Amino acid sequence: MTDAIDATGLVKRYGDVVALDGVDLRVPAGTVVGLLGPNGAGKTTAVRILTTLLRPDAGSATVAGVDVLADPREVRRRIGLSGQYAAVDEYLTGFENLQMIGRLYHLGRPAARERARELLAAFRLEDAADRPARTYSGGMRRRLDLAGALVAKPPVLFLDEPTTGLDPRSRIEMWDVIQGLVASGTTLLLTTQYLEEADVLADTIVVIDHGRVIARGTADELKRQVGGERLEVTVADGDRLADAVQALGGLGVGEVSTEEHRRSLTLPVQGGSAVLVDALRRLDAVGIAVDDVGLRRPTLDDVFLTLTGRPAEDVAQRAEEVA
Amino acid sequence: MRVPAVLADADVVARRNLTKIKRVPDLLVFTTLQPIMFVLLFSYVFGGAIGSALGGGGSAGEAYREFLMAGIFAQTVIFGATITGSALAEDVKKGIIDRFRSLPMAPSAVLAGRTLSDVVNNVIVLVVMSLTGLAVGWRIRSGFLDAALGYLVLLAFAYAVSWIMAWVGMLVRSPEVFNNASFIVIFPMTFIAITFVPLDTLPGPLQRFAEWNPVSSVTQAAREQFGNVIPGTPEPTAWPLQHAALYTVLWALVILAVFIPLANLQYRRSTSR
Repeated sequence: MTDAIDATGLVKRYGDVVALDGVDLRVPAGTVVGLLGPNGAGKTTAVRILTTLLRPDAGSATVAGVDVLADPREVRRRIGLSGQYAAVDEYLTGFENLQMIGRLYHLGRPAARERARELLAAFRLEDAADRPARTYSGGMRRRLDLAGALVAKPPVLFLDEPTTGLDPRSRIEMWDVIQGLVASGTTLLLTTQYLEEADVLADTIVVIDHGRVIARGTADELKRQVGGERLEVTVADGDRLADAVQALGGLGVGEVSTEEHRRSLTLPVQGGSAVLVDALRRLDAVGIAVDDVGLRRPTLDDVFLTLTGRPAEDVAQRAEEVA
Repeated sequence: MRVPAVLADADVVARRNLTKIKRVPDLLVFTTLQPIMFVLLFSYVFGGAIGSALGGGGSAGEAYREFLMAGIFAQTVIFGATITGSALAEDVKKGIIDRFRSLPMAPSAVLAGRTLSDVVNNVIVLVVMSLTGLAVGWRIRSGFLDAALGYLVLLAFAYAVSWIMAWVGMLVRSPEVFNNASFIVIFPMTFIAITFVPLDTLPGPLQRFAEWNPVSSVTQAAREQFGNVIPGTPEPTAWPLQHAALYTVLWALVILAVFIPLANLQYRRSTSR
């Protein structure tokens, strides 16, 4: 299979700061790669080089089979980019924004109009189509911006932190939209600070830190390294901790660890909330009272701790406890 | 890329910029209110004092209003040209330039469209100010063609200045910084000139500066074209003011030759942070 994105040895320096320090990237056509890393890791720089906005100091890349350095305009015909900020014109309506982009892709006036209507419908912005974009909510702006990236039906799509700054509900809506796109066969490179997001959306994840790739693999492979989901149970009566371990035998996918003084046990599991329900039933069946129980998913910090032995810098604490 | 394609792209961009005037009419109201306020304040506050220094027939105030309008026109269109810079700084900051640069459009079209729409903006402002001028007694005392050429010189000079602003705006990337910086440069430039006071009232070194300041020559050119040179005022002795229109056009050409390439280079480099 041909690679939709093929980058070798990308280097970019800003003075003394090395933003990218020899990044290789290969994305087979029709797949989704998630570029995962903290702020300042070099994610945006990589996207800017691949979308022809920046020239690398060293290295080469092709996107959709076209050399990024030799023929940037031809690359631009084949890509869509939605940046870190929703780059929509606030004073234009949603329709006008998309129509303008269509005309700048040289679709021609009628085709640009038609495509704008089509996308507004697909992104549930029909009702807001003729309102200036400054009246839109954050989630609506992001959807409009994403629609802008899709105007020319590009075979390769770049989304730079598509959900940063969105509330949880808008983020999940955005995931739905992106999953829909991927199902239609678009090649997608997305950057994110959230392991959960890369997990939901990407086929393969590339972890970068200080401009270098420090790990790559499927979400499962990474999680196996990090340890995956863990069930944490705190029992009411410390004397019954051993009984609890026994009751939960066979539920986990790894060794149980206990902390006597906290009356708690931790168990690597798979299967999400179903496991949680199962665990509670088992404990209840043998009459063990529970103070606290929770399912902890690995976060970017867990990945970084595992891979680098230190926490991800600059990353807001987003350990997501799922009760 | 073919020239018609560049123009078509520039047209799309210019329409986008002008839509903002339509959606936020307050913007136009305030950009025109300020010069109207200036016309009224200068006419009636300074008119008596400066007008008597001008000589000429009629009252001091009348003479000054006649003298003033070309100066106010010049200052206003130059400030109008700063819209180019602050709007581009805003576009860079918001990632809109990133979006444009990722499209297969003509790269020069964004700047061409921007500067073009600011000419339209300046035309609207000039119309409003001319009407205000007429209301306070200013008259065009030349022919139609002369007057049209006067407006053309004003617009051409402002167009050239807008390319300087385009370059600076993309360099600083912050509309706030740009506005403060441009004010600090443009305010003295438009005051140390023959915009609001006659040349011979300035102290020596400032007189030399004012004589060679292109803001003076564009004002002088407009004054001559509108037939607003007060009879009896001394003939200018400096070459730039003796050949005001030519000197202004030369400045405009030099600015364009330097800053169109610079601005385009900066555009191809600029990315949001």
